[in-house]
Amino acid sequence: MSTTVLHNARIVDPSRNLDEPGTLIIKNDKIVASGADARNQGMPEGATVIDCRGKAVLPGLVDARVFIGEPGAEHRETIASASHAAAAGGVTSMIMMPDTDPVIDNVALVEFVMRTARDTAVVNVHPAAAVTKGLQGEEMTEIGLLREAGAVAISEGRHSIANSQLMRRALTYARDFGVVLAHEARDPHLGITGVMNEGLYASWLGLSGAPREAEVIPLERDMRLAALTQGAYHAAQISTAMSAEVITRAKQNGLNVTSAVSINHLSLNENDIGEFRTFFRLEPPLRLEEDRLAMVEALRDGTIDIIVSAHDPQDVDTKRLPFADAAAGAIGLETLLGAALRLYHNGDVPLLRIIEAMSSAPARIFGLDAGSLRPGSAADMTIVDLDEPWVVKEEDLRSRSKNSCFEGARFQGRVVQTFVAGKSVFTL
Amino acid sequence: MTSETLPLLFPHRHLLGIKGLSPQDIVQLLDLAESEIAVSRQPEKKKSVLRGRTQINLFFEASTRTQSSFELAGKRLGADVMNMSVGNSSVKKGETLIDTAMTLNAMRPDILIIRHSSAGAAALLAQKVGCSVVNAGDGAHEHPTQALLDALTIRRAKGKVARLIVTICGDVLHSRVARSNIILLNALGARVRVVAPSTLLPSGIAHMGAEVFHKMEDGLKDADVVMMLRLQRERMAGSFVPSVREYFRYHGLDREKLKYAKPDAIVMHPGPMNRGVEIASDVADGVQSVIQEQVEMGVAVRMAVMEALLDQRRNAEGVAG
Repeated sequence: MSTTVLHNARIVDPSRNLDEPGTLIIKNDKIVASGADARNQGMPEGATVIDCRGKAVLPGLVDARVFIGEPGAEHRETIASASHAAAAGGVTSMIMMPDTDPVIDNVALVEFVMRTARDTAVVNVHPAAAVTKGLQGEEMTEIGLLREAGAVAISEGRHSIANSQLMRRALTYARDFGVVLAHEARDPHLGITGVMNEGLYASWLGLSGAPREAEVIPLERDMRLAALTQGAYHAAQISTAMSAEVITRAKQNGLNVTSAVSINHLSLNENDIGEFRTFFRLEPPLRLEEDRLAMVEALRDGTIDIIVSAHDPQDVDTKRLPFADAAAGAIGLETLLGAALRLYHNGDVPLLRIIEAMSSAPARIFGLDAGSLRPGSAADMTIVDLDEPWVVKEEDLRSRSKNSCFEGARFQGRVVQTFVAGKSVFTL
Repeated sequence: MTSETLPLLFPHRHLLGIKGLSPQDIVQLLDLAESEIAVSRQPEKKKSVLRGRTQINLFFEASTRTQSSFELAGKRLGADVMNMSVGNSSVKKGETLIDTAMTLNAMRPDILIIRHSSAGAAALLAQKVGCSVVNAGDGAHEHPTQALLDALTIRRAKGKVARLIVTICGDVLHSRVARSNIILLNALGARVRVVAPSTLLPSGIAHMGAEVFHKMEDGLKDADVVMMLRLQRERMAGSFVPSVREYFRYHGLDREKLKYAKPDAIVMHPGPMNRGVEIASDVADGVQSVIQEQVEMGVAVRMAVMEALLDQRRNAEGVAG
């Protein structure tokens, strides 16, 4: 039996609304005590003692939207490389999107991911299974069996479900198994050629624009279907002020609806594209500054439940192209916390709310034993120096792909050490 | 003044767009182009400023006239010109672009002329090669030499550009020519109007430096210059406009509509024309048309651009911008 004591720490645990000086005690893979009162429990004999010198101890972060190239595109990212990037970013659980090759749409693939994760990954990896076979938007997958095999949600990943009938059936059927459907709403026709936000900036660049309505219209549809089916719906990424209004109304109407925003849409706007910088080509596209501010406000007031990295490794072959020909997506596991802490240091969003949105909130939505420092929880946590300044450098990134929107960014707040199930998996 | 007496500094290494050029840069290029016209009109159409230099035309989109214009311009300056046909390559466009760029770069050209269907392609190429790059049209983004040749044509016909009313008509949404012209004409102080069905105008056009009209009669009123844009046939399939017949009825330039412009207004078209779609034949070939003049100015402007970028007397090493 091994015991670890993190003392002289600032214990930040949104699951108990707790932010206080204290101690955290781990026995084997579980937390047995954490907080101010844990200071009085003495040092168990033979314990490994870590003096945190006032640094924060947070629950390990839970990232609910991560794309990984394994199987099928291991040159971009493997489950192992993603897990090391995650650990460096303080992320101890990630939900892996089904957009792999082959697609995670059957039990064998779910088992493959879980086995590979068990054997090679240093953090918890939970697959989300496809809603439809091959992500083709036509036939429903075996949601019950996938759930039983270990899928924690169903999602079409980068794809959007155009067929309303299918969406209704999937929401209804998934409800019987208590499975959340995570969906990125995108109209199948409106703005479908768009590669950035529609507006003056896209017009000057001569790039085809996707209007904000292309997200809001199908999101409105989904709210109607969530009301009709009483299914559990998670808006996997919203990016516009109008979308936040739609979610607010759905929640007021008592629907079983949650929503997420990517760290990119909380941090950046369309101007960051500059002169055709393809690393800033994202899906949904970066919007206006007023939309970004609306995302921050919606995060603060709880309309948006969680922050995701939307980690999406892309390589030279998919990014070093003219803007419209480049793939969408950016990596984000290692910069998620640093970028999110900007909102705390700016005074935009309280620390507990920010951490909640990346720990206990996603754990609750997807039913994971994660995201809490409560005694009895899995000993997944990260020690963070909330004030340490650092600069993101490409050569320091552990992800196999380097398509970061934050290269050269200055952050305040850095992960010092990360634990998964009581074991140290990352040390700065 | 001629180029011989005025050792101008052109503070740019590439010409990727009109955006980024100062009014002074533009006027310099137009003045230099003016002097190049004489070269093309003399029996021995040769200069030697680019002797020994290598120019590569890299056209991912077929365009006989623009490519020929650049080729002639280079040859008249004394450069060695090579045409790369990559338009029909089966390889994916983007991969071809970077791969080709690296290959060409190894051949040590002095200037690359690129035409590509994707916005930003010229800028991307410029990052990867060690020579000057001229954008000969990138998607719906920019086509700077077209805007320069249009300005030169206008200036020669009207004696000035400032305060003229220039009406750009047609598919502004998909037009790199329109974007470059709007920037350039504003820089030189012209009053720019656009006339098009709303489906063919980009989002935010009212903030792009152009007055917006939807009826030709309104937009052409008192215009000094009428600039027509080509309408691609595939726009019908995309439901931008319902039919050629309807488009010509409301937005095609015919003699009746042209009467709303000033009597001495000039009619321009970047070519190739769709007669009977955006312009009636009698107008295209009429006395007000300067479309052939535009073609001649195209060679002069392209000579001026390449000379400005490559002539070391103007562009001292280390002034790269």
